Amino acid sequence: MAKVTGAVDKIDYAELDAILAKYAGKQGVLIPVMQDVQNLYNYLPKAALEYVSEKLGIPLAEIYGVVTFYSLFHLNPRGKYISRCCQGTACHVRGGASILNALEAQLGIKPGETTMDGRFTLETVACLGACGLAPVMQIDEDTHGRMTPEKVAKVLAEYN
Amino acid sequence: MKSLADLAALRAKCQAEIAAREKGKTLVIIGMGTCGIAAGAREVQKALEEELAAHNVDNVIIKQTGCIGMCEQEVLVDIARFGEARVTYGKVKPEHVKALVEEHIINGRVVPELVVGRFPDANQDKGFGDVPKYSDIEFCKKQQHLVLEHCGVIDPDSLEEYVALGGYEGLAKALTAMKPEEVIDQVKKSGLRGRGGGGFPTGMKWQFCRNSVADQKYVICNADEGDPGAFMDRSVMEGDPHRMVEGMAIGGYAMGATEGYIYARAEYPLAIKRLRAAIAAAEQAGFLGENIFGSGFNFHLQVKEGAGAFVCGEETALMQSIEGKRGMPRPRPPFPAVSGLWGKPSNINNVETFANVAMIIVKGADWYAGMGTEGSKGTKVFALTGKIKHTGLAEVEMGTTIREIIFEVGGGIANDKKFKAVQIGGPSGGCLPESMLDLPVDYDSLIKAGAMMGSGGLVVMDETTCMVDVARFFLTFTQSESCGKCTPCREGTKRMLEILNRIIDGKGREGDIELLEDLAGVIKDTALCGLGQTAPNPVLATLRYFRDEYEAHIKEHRCPAGACSALTKFVISDRCKGCGLCKRNCPVQAISGEPGKQHMIDTTKCIKCGACMANCPFKAIDRE
Ligand SMILES: Cc1cc2nc3c(=O)[nH]c(=O)nc-3n(C[C@H](O)[C@H](O)[C@H](O)COP(=O)(O)O)c2cc1C
Ligand code: SF4
Ligand code: FES
Repeated sequence: MAKVTGAVDKIDYAELDAILAKYAGKQGVLIPVMQDVQNLYNYLPKAALEYVSEKLGIPLAEIYGVVTFYSLFHLNPRGKYISRCCQGTACHVRGGASILNALEAQLGIKPGETTMDGRFTLETVACLGACGLAPVMQIDEDTHGRMTPEKVAKVLAEYN
Repeated sequence: MKSLADLAALRAKCQAEIAAREKGKTLVIIGMGTCGIAAGAREVQKALEEELAAHNVDNVIIKQTGCIGMCEQEVLVDIARFGEARVTYGKVKPEHVKALVEEHIINGRVVPELVVGRFPDANQDKGFGDVPKYSDIEFCKKQQHLVLEHCGVIDPDSLEEYVALGGYEGLAKALTAMKPEEVIDQVKKSGLRGRGGGGFPTGMKWQFCRNSVADQKYVICNADEGDPGAFMDRSVMEGDPHRMVEGMAIGGYAMGATEGYIYARAEYPLAIKRLRAAIAAAEQAGFLGENIFGSGFNFHLQVKEGAGAFVCGEETALMQSIEGKRGMPRPRPPFPAVSGLWGKPSNINNVETFANVAMIIVKGADWYAGMGTEGSKGTKVFALTGKIKHTGLAEVEMGTTIREIIFEVGGGIANDKKFKAVQIGGPSGGCLPESMLDLPVDYDSLIKAGAMMGSGGLVVMDETTCMVDVARFFLTFTQSESCGKCTPCREGTKRMLEILNRIIDGKGREGDIELLEDLAGVIKDTALCGLGQTAPNPVLATLRYFRDEYEAHIKEHRCPAGACSALTKFVISDRCKGCGLCKRNCPVQAISGEPGKQHMIDTTKCIKCGACMANCPFKAIDRE
């Protein structure tokens, strides 16, 4: 599956149907369905939420309530790569803030923002579970440990 | 899987097949937990494969394993030539692979620069006598691996290896030889208490759920591990996922539940993948599903992924989240044992709690209760992080002192700094100063000291850490994770945070400390769930042991640790040789001076980033 960047203007309803079919007849499916939709588009497009709302018979307001509650759901398009900088306790006492500063400076954006060229979205996270290698950052599913501000540019350069 | 005899036969078959496959081969075992991979395990594996091919060595089997707990030593590679001791190497990089292949694999000689120790298995005394045994290594001496028994030992994706080492014997024994009440009785007698933070007796909780009558009950594993700085649950799930499946199935049998959920945080993709694989393999082999061991007991298990909300670690919020709703806590009673998931009786336990269950059934409650203190039995896994020499996971018997964990297992403070405090129990816990280090780890004594066991995260801080900043760090976390349902937590933590912020900015007022204490008391007494009730703990604990630091910030506008940037300034001393490096590194051009002469910092421009200090070859820049 090609990775979607930027906003989607056309929703493929057959793909959404395929997701919904996976969970047909099961209880408590809203969150897993949203996770799959987000995996598809990299964010949750409004048209997709409307479609899911109709198909599952869950009011759109309730769906918004749920997706805005959880920090891993995103209502706006995101970059090709998601870089997450850990600000958990173990990383904090080992200079996690300086890694975030370096990321902000390198990318020219603040947490929650996406670079102009759509390459990177910067996010913070409370712990990646690799505290023994603090400070830690992650790009998509690759975790990078023992970070230093100088290493940030090198790591970013691996992703085009 | 229909009987005990079936399991015994399967075990013999697994052992024979593994032995036949590995006969005459050299085993290379790479640590492939999240830490190992983050440190570069995949690159090391690739380099190894290439190096072996280049030497035409083909009698090698490369295997993966989970995390043995020595995070600081990652990437870890174990090498065992056939019939010889298994030697662990640490901090392995791709460039070391050549030496490992040529020296150890081909010639049977140790590579001394990387060696960590001799692994404790049947071949431990076969050669490599000059390599220390695990039991002689500082990090391992005081440890006792029960929960972590298989982590870093077996391939987590291999049901075969789990069964070969006695896996699923607890489930078999429970289902074929014990009544559900007898299982609960054993868990009660073992003295096992919940490892998720509260320390509630597990057997008692199981009894409550068993006593509820319903057509459907649920067993839930809390794998949300929200405490930033704790990663023992991740390690168990990644390194020994079948242990979770077995513990939960035993719980299901004891309580009369046929459905189970593992609620795992989405930030742990590898753990989720391995758990799902383990569940599928267990179903295939008949350890899950219908009529397990011919007992008539059915049990189905599934993984639910979280979506990033710390409050979902609270049990009632967690169940709301599984139901697909906003994860907001609700008042108790009714307790989950009466009305939980989908309104049915449910039982929630932590990952490490379930990981203790099978061995209690196999070895007996008396054996288990023989370890630990009066009120806390067995072992506890701690995550050692922060300014400590050996970061990693340490599993020690309850009753071990915190000093032993930090200074013996953990090797003390890194970079020759002085110990200042250790935060125990995460955002709900508190910090302990030097004077409290001889406290034994035990649920009750930690509470008395103003901390708590929590999940078992130990974040060590040295003299350069400011304790007011630490308190603010935790409160910022709990404040942003507050679900907003009740006012004391939603508004109260915000007010406390404002006060801490102004103290740190040098604008603290007379009476601020008392105001913090007042607010803390009200929030503790009136918040709805554990998040709010414990949010003030880090502030109260730092006030209890480091009140003078708060006073220095407020009264003297001084940060004794030199960490709070609003209260410190950078100055260039007469050690300056005028090399100009600082001037070039300053991002805001705050430094001026002639070459060869002492430079100066314009404090109105300085943003206190520390770049000058980090780059000065003469250590001429001071922070005061
Ligand atoms: C805000 C909050 C977060 C929690 N997070 C976790 C967690 O991440 N993991 C966990 O096992 N328990 C967590 N707990 C405790 C659970 O509510 C519950 O007590 C525990 O899972 C019970 O299991 P145990 O009896 O085996 O300890 C949390 C509690 C609160 C109030
Ligand atoms: S104490 Fe905080 S997290 Fe808990 S219910 Fe109240 S607002 Fe929500
Ligand atoms: S605190 Fe950063 S990985 Fe855990």
